[in-house]
Amino acid sequence: MSTTTPTTPTTQQNPTYSEAFQSGVREEMKLNPNIFILGTDLVERGGHFAQVKGIAQEFGVDRVKDSPISEAAMVAAGLGSAMYGCHPIIDLNFIDFSLGAMDEIINQAAKIRFMFNRPVPLVIRATSGVALGGAHHCNSLESLFAHTAGLSVAVPSRAYDVKGLIKTALRSPDPVIFLMHKKLSGVRGEIGDENTFIPFGSANKVKSGKDAAIISYGYTIVSAQKAAQNLAEQGIDVEIIDLRTLYPLDTDTINETVQKFGRVVVADEAPMFGSITAEIAATASEANFKHLKGPIIRVGAARAPLSANPQMSEAAIPSVNDLVEAVKKVMSY
Amino acid sequence: MTTDSKWGKETLRQMLLIRNFEETADKLTLRGKVPGGMHNSSGQEAVAVGVMSALDPKDVIATTHRSHHHTIAKGMPVNIVMAELFTKATGCSGGRGASMHLADVENGHFGGNGIVGAGVGIAMGAAVGIKQMGHKKVAVGFVGDGGVNTGRTWEAVNMAVIYKLPLIIIVDNNQYAVETFVERVTGGNDIAKRGAGFGLPSFTIDGQDVEEVHKYTLEARNRALAGEGPTFINALTYRYYGHNVGEKGQYRTQEEIADWRSHRDPIDRFSAKLISEGALTQADYEAMINSVAKEIEEAVDFAEKSPLPDVSTILDGVDSGLLGASK
Repeated sequence: MSTTTPTTPTTQQNPTYSEAFQSGVREEMKLNPNIFILGTDLVERGGHFAQVKGIAQEFGVDRVKDSPISEAAMVAAGLGSAMYGCHPIIDLNFIDFSLGAMDEIINQAAKIRFMFNRPVPLVIRATSGVALGGAHHCNSLESLFAHTAGLSVAVPSRAYDVKGLIKTALRSPDPVIFLMHKKLSGVRGEIGDENTFIPFGSANKVKSGKDAAIISYGYTIVSAQKAAQNLAEQGIDVEIIDLRTLYPLDTDTINETVQKFGRVVVADEAPMFGSITAEIAATASEANFKHLKGPIIRVGAARAPLSANPQMSEAAIPSVNDLVEAVKKVMSY
Repeated sequence: MTTDSKWGKETLRQMLLIRNFEETADKLTLRGKVPGGMHNSSGQEAVAVGVMSALDPKDVIATTHRSHHHTIAKGMPVNIVMAELFTKATGCSGGRGASMHLADVENGHFGGNGIVGAGVGIAMGAAVGIKQMGHKKVAVGFVGDGGVNTGRTWEAVNMAVIYKLPLIIIVDNNQYAVETFVERVTGGNDIAKRGAGFGLPSFTIDGQDVEEVHKYTLEARNRALAGEGPTFINALTYRYYGHNVGEKGQYRTQEEIADWRSHRDPIDRFSAKLISEGALTQADYEAMINSVAKEIEEAVDFAEKSPLPDVSTILDGVDSGLLGASK
């Protein structure tokens, strides 16, 4: 597990989660002339989440390209140019839109190194997770990508990790799915300097605890922190592990955590059926059965499309209270 | 127009090599030597050789499930191609690809493809890379008449137009999408007109005339190198065998196949032209036929004797492992 937790408190001077992305990309673009960004509404607007604001003005429109809304061609442009020797960032805006480019991602980009021994240094960036917008703007597809051999998946929960992980991705010869939670876009936090790289497959201990652990990622880390406060008032001290990437997965930290507490909750906001939380709970149980005091409890979303109605949408995904109840359940064994 | 003798002989030899390769590989497939089968391109040689003879060896191609002819014309040695069909360790993809996944990315062959329509997008992406890096090269994306009914093909064409990419799109139009005649499934029934709708030069040409294919490709390449953007070429051709080896096709008549073979065969047409112009003697031609047959025989021998890939390597190369290396 990494020990890269920032030491100074978060202040208003710190950059946002989106600005952390800009910062990491800028630094790497200065060093590598073959990095370019392609996506919709990037040049003037700086992307719908301000994730590349000002970069076109600094580096020019040859390196920040406005694209038609044409996901298959966008990813193909990234894939072919990555095979050729560039290091493109393809910005798909919402990961829901990647479904129009699934052949390019899963059949092509993920398999070229294996079949043709050719690196595909391609970053596909998109927002992910549940916010407003309904069934076509709130999918959590990370398990699908983590399931696909050849792809790596980043799911940062804070500015520091966004910057450190995108910098690592932009030095990697492999395709990376970089998922930024839309509800975190404006959240400020400290970031690392130009030499701070966060390796994929290294979880971060957000909070130490004595009684039980919540293993999670993305926006659910925010909910887990609120749940931990609530549980502290009830005398339960919970540890929080942020996975930061889903592939490679930090199985060492997962196993250590299960062995340490024997009481573990795995949580995210994707539909639970067939999700990454199922993978973690199953493999961690197989590997650490004798350390378990009870079953690993999973918390996730209903197997239903997300509704546009905010109350219906909230009802489909885990609440802070669901996390509190799950921890109390593992404490009951 | 008289054909340059040296170019003509090399072009003819390439087409003969492909024909012999395909007919030999077809028989070997029926004998169970080619896992997963293969797609025979016999009849379509002029498209592959006409295009490739107009390119620089460093230019990029990305192609389709039927790509032996493109691959051989691109310059991959036939023993390496045959070994890949046999899924041997010495094949171009180390036996991981077989017939549909021939590639040599280092030398500009960005791969055959199991997914209809995928090749144009990959070639378009390579053209993005060429332009980003300021290189003087072009990329060629091959697609079939089946692939022109996939959305991804046209997304790629549109992107090539708006970015003025050095891309040539070649429809290797053998008129049958697996077993379905092109007219039955192609709205408007004019593929070149579809291309023109995207605002790029778009042509339908005789894909059985190797010199015509060469000429249109050369012009397209010159436009691309001059910064004038992509060109769309619909090359009408015909495949003599089924979609896949061993197919019992009921969807076309034997008369139709015989007509294409006897009246429009690209090798017969071009060899007759070279002989009539005095660029080639009948004896030269026969020697050429024997020479390619020997080359293919040696390729089969190489493939037969090559080792199988080591199954303990099935996890090798899935990813670099570098993302987590500093852990």
